[in-house]
This record gives sequence, C-alpha cells and structure tokens, in this order.
Amino acid sequence: MNLPAELKYAESHEWMRTEPDGTVTIGITDHAQAALGDLVFIELPQVGRVLKADEACAVVESVKAASDVYAPIAGEVVAVNDAVTASPETLNEDAYGAWLFRLKPAQPDALAGMLDAAAYAKIIG
Amino acid sequence: MPRHTPLYAVHRAAGARMVDFGGWDMPVNYGSQIDEHHAVRSRAGMFDVSHMRAVDLEGSGARDFLRHALANNVDKLTVSGKALYSCLLRPDGGVLDDLIVYFLREDFFRLVVNAGTADKDIAWLQALIAQHTPQLRLTPREDLAMIAVQGPQARQKFWHAVPGTEAPTRDLKPFFGVEVTLPDGTYFIARTGYTGEDGFEVILPAMRAEALWQALAVAGVAPCGLGARDTLRLEAGMNLYGQDMDESVSPLVSGLGWTVDLASARDFVGKAALAAAPAVQRLTGLLLLDAGGVLRAHQVVHTAHGDGEITSGTFSPTLGKSIALARLPAAVAEGDVVQVAVRDRKLSARVVKPPFARNGRALVQ
Repeated sequence: MNLPAELKYAESHEWMRTEPDGTVTIGITDHAQAALGDLVFIELPQVGRVLKADEACAVVESVKAASDVYAPIAGEVVAVNDAVTASPETLNEDAYGAWLFRLKPAQPDALAGMLDAAAYAKIIG
Repeated sequence: MPRHTPLYAVHRAAGARMVDFGGWDMPVNYGSQIDEHHAVRSRAGMFDVSHMRAVDLEGSGARDFLRHALANNVDKLTVSGKALYSCLLRPDGGVLDDLIVYFLREDFFRLVVNAGTADKDIAWLQALIAQHTPQLRLTPREDLAMIAVQGPQARQKFWHAVPGTEAPTRDLKPFFGVEVTLPDGTYFIARTGYTGEDGFEVILPAMRAEALWQALAVAGVAPCGLGARDTLRLEAGMNLYGQDMDESVSPLVSGLGWTVDLASARDFVGKAALAAAPAVQRLTGLLLLDAGGVLRAHQVVHTAHGDGEITSGTFSPTLGKSIALARLPAAVAEGDVVQVAVRDRKLSARVVKPPFARNGRALVQ
C-alpha cells in the first residue's frame, strides 16, 4: 500500500502536504487513482478562487467515470498543476508527485483534524 | 450472487479489478485498460468471454425455424462454418438481443448470445420452437468456455500456443468457424471478434480454458478486460446490447438496418412492425471537438433538427479523443457540428460515420 508517512489524508481520498511557506499542496491518493483507472481529463479550479472545506473544486475523469475532488480544508487557490491537466496519465503513474492544486489555508493549523497514514489505511482496508 | 466463469481464479490471481457484468464477476482490467487496448491494436490481447452463451439448435427444420425467428436471413449461410450477425426481435420490432449464428449442418446451428440476455433469449426461443417446430432441441452449452484472441498477431500466437490448430484454421476466412478435434477435446475456432482487429473467438470445453489462457499468456498474448473491450468495440463502431439498443427500440434506429433483411418475401418475427414504422432517428458517431470531459451514455445532444441522446460514449485511446454513438434525428448529416451537454456545459462534437478505428489505425481525423 502506497501511503507516504509525512502526508495527511482525508476520507474523500485527498492527500495534503504543508509547505515551508504555510501553503498546503493537495492531490488524490494512490488508492483513488487505482480505483478510477486510466485518467484522461482533469479540470482544476481557477487560481484566486476561495474554497470552503468539503467544497467540490476539481474533476478527475477516467475512461470509466468522472469523479469530483473536494477541498479538504478552506482556503484560497494559489497555484494549480498545469502539467497534470496536460498529461492526466501522470497522475496514475505517481499520485503523490502529480499534485493538483495548492491552497493558502483560511485557518492556521488547518490539517489538525486530518487523518495520518495509518488512519487512512484503516479506512481503505 | 454473481456467477463465475471457468477463468475466475486466474483473473483474481492476476490481480484483476473485478465488476459485476450481466450477473457475472468479470475482470475490468489487469492494470491499465489503455495499455490493454493498445496491445490489441498493435499485437495481441485475449478476453474471457465465457459469460456469453453458446446455444446449440439441433434437429430437422432448424434452418426454417431460424428463417422465422431471426431478422437477418440464414439463407445467406450456405457453406458449413459460415457465421451471420443478426438481431432477435420481438413482434413489435423491439430488439431482444444481437447474436451470431453459425451454420454447421442443416440439422445443427450454433448461436452465441449475450450474457445478460441469455436466459431471456433461451426462454423466448424455446417458446417459439414449441409453437413453430416442436421437434427441435435447444441446448444452452454451459459446459463450454469462450476466449477471444484479437490483434494483428493473434492468430499466429494462437497457433503457436495450441499445436494442431494451424492447419485446419489457416485458410479460414473472416466470419467463418470450424470444429477442430484436439487430443484434449473439440475446439470451435471462428475468425470473428468484437474489436475491429483480426483474430479468433475460441469455444472450448470449460475444463480446458485455464490451460489455453496460460498457454496464450506464455505466447505473449496480453490479458484484457471489459474496459478495453468497450473502448475497442466502440472505436470499431460495434453496438453494445443494453446501451445502443434494447427492447424499446427497433434495429432501424440503432444502426442495425443493414442486419435486417426486409427485401425478401421471407416473413420473420418483427418484420411487419419494422415495415410499418418510418425511422425518424438514426444511430451515428460523434467525435468530441472541445476539451471539457468525456462523452457518455445519456448525455443530451442538441442539433439543428432537434435533440438526441448519446447511447455509448468513451475515450478512444487510438484517436486520443472522446467518441460516442448517438441516436439523433435522421436529418442530421455527417460533418454537422452538434452540442453535447457534458456536466454543466455544452461541448461541440462532429457527426462522423463509424467506425472510428480498425485494423490498427484511426479512420477519422
């Protein structure tokens, strides 16, 4: 099971990494990409958009089906990964390298309630 | 409880992602379905299609019965081994199933029907037989497995994997099959498929299926699941029962008018209804032009002649674009640009005549 220990996780299968500057980088887990299958289309939020926690803000679409990606925390979109929209298949190859978007969190210590690797592992079984 | 084919354990051992399809637990992919798709278009891939059902029709009057029961005309089958693609219709013209029928002898025809409709088809045919030709025997062959080997290298790899099969099948033309007796049983090998590539569909004793699958794997044939099966058949412009047609529509609005023989004097179940109803819609292909998603079944299509609906949609690995089959007003023409409602937006798509890709190549730009 591919679950980097230094990341935080949401039940909705997003992973989160706090950067040195306090922003939070977000992507979807290896479990999620395997369940979706070959990705062919990704749509990311606009830079500058302000998101509430649990708001649907991106779409990842595989050959089989489209899936919403949710903002695990509230914040403002400060960057999106254009490389992954150009080559969606890279997300299948490396879910933790192919980040989706980066937020400036609305609150400090925003990841406090998030799952660690062990807790997420329990959820996905 | 979903049913298992004779290859279920093999799929699980290979780590296949499984899904319930027509009441059967089947492999969707063994990894990347796009890789599996490319393997079939460029080399050779294999599909467990044992969930489909061979149904043998035997006895005197078999041909006459099928002339009555099937929309396509079995009188086209004059040489032993020749196959015919046909719809099975209701009296109101609705499609019960699509199937392939092989002529083996005047008193022996073999039908191959879809997994989700097999029970329905068998009951329907039994009832028709009782009324029309009661001496016929209809035998669903649950003792047989089926493996489709498809791709430009498929036949060579199959011959390599199964000694003794090359000589009797080397000269098989497309849409012909032949029974081959091997030391471990009788194999029915047909040059047919659902991918738009060359290859064989092999019907064999269920107990031999695992050995054949492993021998093909050793010969370099890639295991492929239902995900690749769907992208391949849609690229090849082939219908999927339950999506592109069902009991509520006629073959004439489903791109299957070419499989219905309305010209001859032969009467068959559903003929009167088809002859009486003008086809105001037709099934055609769509190629997505705008970025923004993937064409999918049930999306509404807005055209200059009124609205229609996508029946099957997917991403085409060969074209690198999304494609679909759609039931549209009959006046819509090839080359027209239409608008498809995808999520919260309208995306442009071009009307194209299928197939989109076959024999290893894209056929549309």
